[in-house]
Amino acid sequence: MEEIRVLSPTAILGYGFPMESFQEGMKRKPHVIAVDAGSSDPGPYYLGAGISFTDRNSVKRDLEIMIPAAIEAGIPVIIGTSGGSGGTPHVAINREIIREIAEAKGLSFKYAEISSEFDKELVRKYFKDGKITPLAPAEELQEKDIDESVRIVAQMGEEPFMEALKGGAQVILAGRAYDPTVFSALAISKGYPKGLAIHMGKILECAAICALPGSGSDCMFGYLRKDHFELETLSPDRICTTLSIAAHTLYEKSNPYLLPGPGGRLNLHNTTFEQIAENRVRVAGTVFEPTDGYFVKLEGVRKVGYRTISCAAATDPIFISKIDEIVAAVKARVNNNFKDYGFSDYFLDFKVYGKGGAMGLFPKVEFETGSELLIIIEAVGATQQEADTICSFARSTMLHFGYEGRVSTAGNLALPFSPSDAHMGEVFEFNIYHLMEVEDPVSLFPITYKEFKNGKVN
Amino acid sequence: MKTYKLIDMASVIRSKNSGPYELTFDVIFKTFEEYNFFKEHEPITPEVFAELYHIPVEDVIHVIYFDPAKAVKATIKRPIPSGTLGETDVYGAQQHAPLVRFTFDA
Repeated sequence: MEEIRVLSPTAILGYGFPMESFQEGMKRKPHVIAVDAGSSDPGPYYLGAGISFTDRNSVKRDLEIMIPAAIEAGIPVIIGTSGGSGGTPHVAINREIIREIAEAKGLSFKYAEISSEFDKELVRKYFKDGKITPLAPAEELQEKDIDESVRIVAQMGEEPFMEALKGGAQVILAGRAYDPTVFSALAISKGYPKGLAIHMGKILECAAICALPGSGSDCMFGYLRKDHFELETLSPDRICTTLSIAAHTLYEKSNPYLLPGPGGRLNLHNTTFEQIAENRVRVAGTVFEPTDGYFVKLEGVRKVGYRTISCAAATDPIFISKIDEIVAAVKARVNNNFKDYGFSDYFLDFKVYGKGGAMGLFPKVEFETGSELLIIIEAVGATQQEADTICSFARSTMLHFGYEGRVSTAGNLALPFSPSDAHMGEVFEFNIYHLMEVEDPVSLFPITYKEFKNGKVN
Repeated sequence: MKTYKLIDMASVIRSKNSGPYELTFDVIFKTFEEYNFFKEHEPITPEVFAELYHIPVEDVIHVIYFDPAKAVKATIKRPIPSGTLGETDVYGAQQHAPLVRFTFDA
């Protein structure tokens, strides 16, 4: 083959794409349609709760177009990080959607599923063998992190996909996968240079976000050749430039020159970007440098409790001028009220928007205070009831708090909702973000095959 | 000596998570001339960045210039991992405001 052509319909499965762009992509006779279906960006909740951050109907809409088109063209569809987080329940969400589509359309194809959720005992064994190292700035792993984790997934490389392709799979649904792999696996299996294949995948995984104007819900097309690759926009409304493509290499990464992944890293020190046409950029020079040993990234979360929140606003200038001391006094009042009641291990926070609320990660950065404040009261407790109690008590205490100089004695807060407090449910935190050295990049990611015949599984 | 505003020289100033444990900041300049001027005077060093965000300089992982994109990137240790109790910005996408206000003399 002179080149491998890859169609990336959308930045994340469920983010959608225009049919016109998709058809333009199919006209170019791709060898594979690939899509990344997840991310750790939406935070730890989705991995912990076993829920997708993408909407089921939106995901189904995208797959309903991609799968029949690929089957008709006789090419594979590869889906990575299924269900948003790639754990067992997440893969099940997408499997069920595929089953529904196959049945409704009477499709026939070979299906492969690659799982990437690790059993705790397996992780514990590698931990005891000293095979797990922190991915800085995460801390050294402790055995209690493994005990406390509710779910651990590992990012697979392209090797399990190559195995599934070798097994004749036409629809591949995978758990947690390094984002570029779904785009690069076919090319690497055909002997194309790994550095170029993965770099092309790194850009295609966000689809038209690398275009001008950028969009997470439009298609991009990639042409991989032996010594370079080209990227092309498929909508007449977008172009891509050397700068838009190069700038995308920066995106969400710590270092644009060295991009680590399973088994090694991309080195971009000699990468060149060349404008071929208004909607086409050529990239060359990226190389893959394998590491000594093969490392996969583990992601795990632990459950910390349940959350209840209440949103309220303040307009009184005297209240606003004293907000820091009011927050401190309300916290002290809540603590005093429940300290002998057995509610000591709760978390209570006031996010004050209009006074550096969104930038609370950097509390010393100064902001001008607004003339209205939005205050989100957040309580996290061991049970939903405890969280309710703390949130409700903090809200009522703040509503009627008698601060010095107060003139508005009817109430301090404007509450937009009744009921005023909302259940947010379970709360999780990342507690594992580590590298695990494995002997074999394939065997820890088991592949199961099914044959669909006219919509039915045999 | 003249005071320059970063926002006048840049077309993109953004922040974003780079995994749950890091925040990364990208500044993409409007022209190579502005990029080269900035790179030459280097008004943002790890020390300056630490001061801007009131964080320890050890938490600044690096400040890197990326010529192909006429961009400078700073990556720091997240004060807390994404989504940990106390979080205010799960995606880290609104932590760039101090850079929008950044000025320097050259």
